[in-house]
Amino acid sequence: MEGFIHQVISGIATGGIYASVALALVMIYQATHHVNFAQGEMATFSTYITLTLINIGLPYWVAFLGAVAISFVIGVAIERLLMRPVANAPVLTSVGVFVGLLLIVNSVTGWMFDYTIKQFPSPFSGKPMLGGFLSGHELGSTGVTLAVLISVYLFFKHTRLGLAMRAAAFNPVSSRLVGVRVGWMLALGWGLAAAIGSVAGCMVAPIVFLDPNMMSGILLYAFAGALLGGIDSPLGAVLGGFMVGVIENLGGAYVVGTELKLTLALIIIISVLTLKPSGLMGRKVYSRV
Amino acid sequence: MTALLDVKGLHAAYGETKVLHGLDFAVQQGGVTALLGANGAGKTTTLRAICGMVRTQGAIVLGGKHIEGMATEDIVRLGVAHVPDGRGTFMELTVEENMRLGAYTRPAREATADFDRMFGYFPRLKERFRQQAGTLSGGEQQMLAISRALLLRPKLLLLDEPSFGLAPLIVKEIFGIMRRIKDEEGVSILLVEQNATIALAFADHAYLLETGRIVISGPASDISKDESIRRSYLGY
Repeated sequence: MEGFIHQVISGIATGGIYASVALALVMIYQATHHVNFAQGEMATFSTYITLTLINIGLPYWVAFLGAVAISFVIGVAIERLLMRPVANAPVLTSVGVFVGLLLIVNSVTGWMFDYTIKQFPSPFSGKPMLGGFLSGHELGSTGVTLAVLISVYLFFKHTRLGLAMRAAAFNPVSSRLVGVRVGWMLALGWGLAAAIGSVAGCMVAPIVFLDPNMMSGILLYAFAGALLGGIDSPLGAVLGGFMVGVIENLGGAYVVGTELKLTLALIIIISVLTLKPSGLMGRKVYSRV
Repeated sequence: MTALLDVKGLHAAYGETKVLHGLDFAVQQGGVTALLGANGAGKTTTLRAICGMVRTQGAIVLGGKHIEGMATEDIVRLGVAHVPDGRGTFMELTVEENMRLGAYTRPAREATADFDRMFGYFPRLKERFRQQAGTLSGGEQQMLAISRALLLRPKLLLLDEPSFGLAPLIVKEIFGIMRRIKDEEGVSILLVEQNATIALAFADHAYLLETGRIVISGPASDISKDESIRRSYLGY
């Protein structure tokens, strides 16, 4: 029983990482109706930025916030320079650009920081906490993740800019008619998604170690989480992310074994798409003809 | 009276399809101008052209400033509010959020004060304030759309078929309130309507559009009295 509780709790801890990446995916999906395949690689790149800033002697949290800010700027720049020109292009063009972005960010990361696996520091102590159920890092990273998720929620729900960003995603034409600069809202969305990814990267790197392909598996789990919760529902994506974390841990421990854990993500993706494509909390779209 | 909006030689096209062929018209300061015509005459396109939502040629002058070729957001910021066809409601957001978006270009405190004025025109919006806008009835959505536009504090209000899909009684109610709004808000109005009777009763000047050209223009009262125009163009 103790082992089971342990698996659930540590599933929630990794689920927090999936939840933040899933949220980043959903934010871009809502605005563009495309899944950003490069989300994971962008987060990895941000994590390397944090490491570089730490290595030049900055304190951890300064480096962490610096990387978040730099990632935000990179996200905005990607939208303005790469995505904007193909905004009205056919679906396949956009998919091509996303795949290209994934490959480019991945290669640039490897080229700039080399492919060797690196250790990444945790700002939290490694001692077991909560009666040995969680490591200090797991507890701390869950806390950071929750803080990020709550601030994103408050930002979208209670600020003018957040409201304008939601409006631009739902209804760009009407948004322009009330004076919202829709193009900039999209760019801000990309910046925010990149910033959230940066946090997720820094929180997961101490556990899985840092290399240019660090996030590829995590992106799959996050995508499964986003689909499970509903790809157009931010709250759903967050819950889905946590659920996938728990499912992955329990499945890995009791059902398929650690080696086959990633197949669980695939099983979730396929089951959701065949059984309930809108996800648990997604909107069903009906259209009248 | 001086013209708030002066349009000269307006052409517009969707891709290769030309829709407007050189329109000349004006909206007077504080006046109500109606654009009438059948389906496909180019009424909606004319409104979209003013807001920079379609490709155009020709001059569009708002209060002495050329606005043709400007981005929609910038035209809106100059004081042009557009209630589009289909009303443009943010269905997923609440009534409150829709109204906040209407006042997006203005300081938040001013906007909150304006909400009460809108509730004065449309008390039903107050009852529905926290409700999701998609759950409103058609009439209520039209009221919300008009409020959203007015919250911009516009100089020029473009209304695209406010009567569309609404029961006659509700149309009457909304146009009754529109009269009050016109006087109290000091806003000039360009109204597009298929329902000529109600539009001519509300407007002081009217233009009749046929396949992208203006065929008749004049004071609304003259047009509604002219039997031959009524028979051949307005169908009643």
